[in-house]
Amino acid sequence: MMARSIIPAISGIAFGAGLAIGGMTDPARVRGFLDLFGEWDPTLAFVMGGAVIVMGIAWAIQRRMGSPLYASSFSLPTASDLTPRLIGGSALFGIGWGIAGLCPGPGIAALVIEPISAAIFVVAMIAGMGLAKLAS
Amino acid sequence: MMIPGYPDAAPLAGLAGGVLIGLAAALMLLGAGRITGVSGIAARAVGLSDSSTPRFSSWAFVLGLPVGALIVVIASGGLEASFASPLVLAIAGVVVGFGTRIGSGCTSGHGVCGMSRLSARSIVATLTFMATGFATVAIMNALGLEVLP
Repeated sequence: MMARSIIPAISGIAFGAGLAIGGMTDPARVRGFLDLFGEWDPTLAFVMGGAVIVMGIAWAIQRRMGSPLYASSFSLPTASDLTPRLIGGSALFGIGWGIAGLCPGPGIAALVIEPISAAIFVVAMIAGMGLAKLAS
Repeated sequence: MMIPGYPDAAPLAGLAGGVLIGLAAALMLLGAGRITGVSGIAARAVGLSDSSTPRFSSWAFVLGLPVGALIVVIASGGLEASFASPLVLAIAGVVVGFGTRIGSGCTSGHGVCGMSRLSARSIVATLTFMATGFATVAIMNALGLEVLP
């Protein structure tokens, strides 16, 4: 159990550090990006671009691998249909993201930056996830 | 480095942070064979998802996020951040939690992992939440609703 959790732990630490370095733990910066018709701040596009380029290479490597390095097989999403749930849920997520400038990763990472504010967001987010489970 | 016209943007820090996020997601994909979708992993950690990921591993990732941010806070001597009021944070949190579960992902799972895989679902999801995010901020600004200090 411990050994299997080393990869996710390292990944989580690197992910959280990346969010902080890229300025994504500051809701003002994220909302600045979403303020397309106002004082637009393109920083988030650089964060997303850097991450997507590295992951594009990772997917190219993945396609040539039979199995992951430290697990017996790949467990990847297989759905390909564009459903009302996908679009409606994503639309709602964008609204919540725009309201406070926080998405799940930065909300959790910010627990060490503004503990009370981030905790309120994270607890509310978990409540929203619970509502989604009830509604499904 | 500064982008002409956007003096407040931090393109190099953004790119460096993005590359690190990409490496984190690449490690998860090539090492553990899984997608780094924060909303799904968080839901799994608290028992709100039936994913096959072991809950212990989900907690390891979720707890890693603030640890990583803390390392940057210590190394940099503090990070700027301004947050909305508790009421606004609570409303936004519920909508984000509900929406990401119904929509099967957020900025990390759809935006970073899915788009780079050229998944049609993730590209549509990302365009959708970007569009409603832009619209939400534009409408709030038009109504004079300032949520950040």
